[in-house]
Amino acid sequence: MEDKSDKRYITLRQMRSGQSGIVFEILGGHGLARRLSAMGIRPGKRITKVGSMFMRGPVTIQVDRAQFAIGYGMANRILVEVD
Amino acid sequence: MKILLMGNPNVGKSVFFSRITGVKVIASNYPGTTVEFTKGSMRLGEEKVEVTDVPGTYTLEPTSKAEEVASLMLQDGDLVINVVDATNLERNLYLTLELLERQIPVIVALNIWDDTKHLGITIDAAKLEELLGVPVVPTVAVTGEGIKELVSRIPEATSPPLTARTRDERWAAVGSIINEVQTITHHHHTWLERLQDASVHPVIGLLIAALVLAGSFSIIRLIGEGLINHAADPFFENLWEPVMMKLSTALGSEGFWHDMLIGKLFDGEIDFSQSMGVLTTGLYIPLGAVLPYILAFYLILSLLEDIGYLPRLAVLLDNLMHRMGLHGYSIIPTMLGLGCCVPAIMATRILESRRERFIAATLISIAIPCAASQAMIIGLVGERGTQYVAMVYGTLFVVWVVLGLILNRTVRGFSPELLIEMPPYRLPSWRALPTKLWMRVYGFLKEALPIILGAIFVISILYTAGVFDAIANFTAPVVSGIFGLPKEAVVAIVVGFLRKDVAIGLLAPLSLTAGQLVIGCVVLTMFFPCIAAFVVLARELGYKGLLAAIGVMIIATIAVGGLLNVAL
Repeated sequence: MEDKSDKRYITLRQMRSGQSGIVFEILGGHGLARRLSAMGIRPGKRITKVGSMFMRGPVTIQVDRAQFAIGYGMANRILVEVD
Repeated sequence: MKILLMGNPNVGKSVFFSRITGVKVIASNYPGTTVEFTKGSMRLGEEKVEVTDVPGTYTLEPTSKAEEVASLMLQDGDLVINVVDATNLERNLYLTLELLERQIPVIVALNIWDDTKHLGITIDAAKLEELLGVPVVPTVAVTGEGIKELVSRIPEATSPPLTARTRDERWAAVGSIINEVQTITHHHHTWLERLQDASVHPVIGLLIAALVLAGSFSIIRLIGEGLINHAADPFFENLWEPVMMKLSTALGSEGFWHDMLIGKLFDGEIDFSQSMGVLTTGLYIPLGAVLPYILAFYLILSLLEDIGYLPRLAVLLDNLMHRMGLHGYSIIPTMLGLGCCVPAIMATRILESRRERFIAATLISIAIPCAASQAMIIGLVGERGTQYVAMVYGTLFVVWVVLGLILNRTVRGFSPELLIEMPPYRLPSWRALPTKLWMRVYGFLKEALPIILGAIFVISILYTAGVFDAIANFTAPVVSGIFGLPKEAVVAIVVGFLRKDVAIGLLAPLSLTAGQLVIGCVVLTMFFPCIAAFVVLARELGYKGLLAAIGVMIIATIAVGGLLNVAL
């Protein structure tokens, strides 16, 4: 068996549609962390992945009552502790 | 006194602005509708105060150009009406706290209040007022609920003493306020929310998009043609023509004034699309041929905007747009461009980088035909068969994509990724929609009518003076040699600089083959934006950017026109 504790931290891109979790960290660079944080997407926040477009398309997420579309590259930099 | 309306994007600031100032502005259901500051005024007691509708911002820490400007604007303001989306209180309060820390008097409008109930959100507004230390008034800008109370409490706006905090401290403060004032109960997904999620599904979403776009095009054509066949044409033929014929006889059926006002007669009759008189063709093109399509197009566009569909289309098209050096959100200026280039090029400001703005604006001015051009294309080319109309649209679409691919390879700089808030689907307001439609139609009439009448007048004079013959002989190698059009078609190209609809109309008397007509329409669409678009293009891109865009335009037009001539 693999170490389960590692499996709980995955990127937003790796999450399945409909899966929820808590934002753990925004990787790489303060610029993105700052922009996301101002939109309410910050560590400690519960988010749900609504879906994603194929071929490296954007990921749609739900935070509280708001929905956001986030580019593939950015979604790869959002680390989430999934339920 | 200067009052600033500030808040997150898409919280209803523009609707609010219209309510309190009476100044009509375009409001839509997507973030970034307002790219310019709009100023208006309102009476406050005895005083007349200035109100500014500031573009939406998530934070005063400048993370984008728009936010930088919003932050700078603050220095000029005396008071802020902070419009807050009550359905997203937590995130919105972050900006509220930032504003309070700037020590400027604030009053909070808790907007979209009506939606909190069915979303299972309860907010204790009185408690929020107590915790923030500034007036808080629940409002519904769309219906006007609470606006009076808010205005009456503007004098109470204060700035409680507060020191600057770090980002984390601010979020902690927001968190503790939220805990005290807001309770959220579970709510069942509504059908609109289900539709929302389906719209960005990779398979179902694309199906929905295909349906929406095909449906929009069919409805626009149905309404446009319906209005032309059942309203515009009967009016011109049965009511206006007899009046014009009387005038024609009164003028002696010939002579300078007859040619200017009535134009040429064909077998003693007026032909509204070819006579070229100011009172015949000059009125028929804008009112008879174009206006019906303007109405139909803006009705559908306004509906899509207010429902909140356009950002979903942005998500679906993000992939394709990235290959063109853009991201999905550029679809919004592009869709606006199917109406008119001018607001479309201005809307490219919602894009983050200079490179994206250049690519988007260049593509719009070259490959996207405005509603006026489209009305003429459908009218003129449609007579020869729908397949030819499809050829024009197909060619322009291919040009749009290929040119985008090329610009992506050649223009330096970077294009950032998509990061947008998706507005919830809303049912359009049946009161607001006609107002917005009227603003856009009135805008068309005000801008286009004088230019069209002027253009027809100038064309008639130049024809009489023989100027066009000289130009036609001079440009014949390109027009006839490369595009395969009769040399007289250059007149249309020249006039295209003034108005594209009139220019396309000028192709009518040239007795072109269907293929030549397709080439003519494509060349006219691509070659030089009309004067109004030219001016905004210069303003938004600077003269260097403008020259680059025009270079691309000339090369692309000659290449595409030449290729079509070989192919058709």
